[in-house]
Amino acid sequence: MIKTDALIIGAGPTGLFTAHQLKLIGLDCEVVDNLDKIGGQCIELYPDKPIYDIPAVPECTGEELTNNLINQLKPFDIKFHLSERVDEVKKNGDMWIVKTNKGTSFTTPNVIIAGGVGSFEPRKFSVEGQDKFENKSIFYSIKDKNVFKGKTVSIFGGGDSALDWAVELSNNCNINLIHRRDEFRGAQATVDKVHELVKLNKINLFTKFQLKKLNGSSNIESIDIENEDKEIKNLKTDYVLGFFGLIMQLGPIANWGLNIDKKTVEVDTEKFETNQKGIYAVGDICNYPGKLKLILSGFHEGALAARACFKLARPNEKYRFEFTTSSKAIKSRLGVKSD
Amino acid sequence: MTKITYIEHSGTSHTVDVENGLTVMEGAVQNNIPGIDADCGGGMACATCHVYVKEEWFDKINEKSEGEDDMIDQAFEPKKNSRLSCQILVSENLDGLVVSMPEKQS
Repeated sequence: MIKTDALIIGAGPTGLFTAHQLKLIGLDCEVVDNLDKIGGQCIELYPDKPIYDIPAVPECTGEELTNNLINQLKPFDIKFHLSERVDEVKKNGDMWIVKTNKGTSFTTPNVIIAGGVGSFEPRKFSVEGQDKFENKSIFYSIKDKNVFKGKTVSIFGGGDSALDWAVELSNNCNINLIHRRDEFRGAQATVDKVHELVKLNKINLFTKFQLKKLNGSSNIESIDIENEDKEIKNLKTDYVLGFFGLIMQLGPIANWGLNIDKKTVEVDTEKFETNQKGIYAVGDICNYPGKLKLILSGFHEGALAARACFKLARPNEKYRFEFTTSSKAIKSRLGVKSD
Repeated sequence: MTKITYIEHSGTSHTVDVENGLTVMEGAVQNNIPGIDADCGGGMACATCHVYVKEEWFDKINEKSEGEDDMIDQAFEPKKNSRLSCQILVSENLDGLVVSMPEKQS
């Protein structure tokens, strides 16, 4: 069991700056995120899109913003638990016991939810039998490509993941690549490579088709795909891979006894605390009168939630407000020389 | 003001007046019409304001912007007449527009 002053759920810009604020006032924290990298929506949804409304930063991309926030955390030692989703938050006296889907558990007086619009999950097929075949014949990510060796694999999607795997697996598998339209959104070099492999009969390409039906008893034996003119083709296949990007699901947060309205968590505007003492929500996921879903609002909310954490983490000390320009204590935490 | 009809997957229909200049997504959100999530708030960065535009209207609305089809690839059950409602601008010539929602957004 990991003991920490505050646990942050979500490593997006708000979670990162909240971690900075906690460390600045002398508290420990750890961060959990379901994605395999730091940055949240900024890195997953719009790494290349310019943002124009970060104070004092006229223009930066989602990736640049993330890198700058990571740099700002450099003086501090913060443990990130990536590719882990917090599944359970339970009260134990004055502490919260937090458990992730990978079995990591924390005990902490403060839980800060900086979860954006929830956790990112792969978008799944909506046809009958999806649940039955998932992780047996249907996969949304690949852990061990050797499983597919010598088999027929049907890959759905038109982005880089779908195309990269089609190219890679075509070395030793029979590949069907199925996409809903003629254009692909993957990198041009990969798209060219796919077309080359199609000409060499290494990849069977079906465009304007979508998955209609899964056939098989314990494993998938074949699939039916259908195009816009209702033409149906039956393809023999051992495996089906879907790469439709990630969607955001509120997920387990809904089960923690919080007041939730339209996928957001209600908080006060003094501490950004929820209806549960010691659980805070900041950034896009929180809701209060006048809430703006801006990154800059998340920074403000995180700064206040961090101060509120101090009271519960250090009940016998008094929090004293200090400026980074003048405080010796803060400068020593930052590892910079005092004047 | 332009009249727009939103039809939920269940068949429930909502006809509302939407201010010109807003998007079809904003019209739904401001009128509390269920079935359009708009998780990213109109940034064309998710696909949760996905609608099907009635055939006769499809050619009358503004064309898809660059990248919209890339996002629609990631929508729930995309079809030929799929659009992201955050990319459809409301104007007088859309008076009477009918859009329907997929079974779910995410």
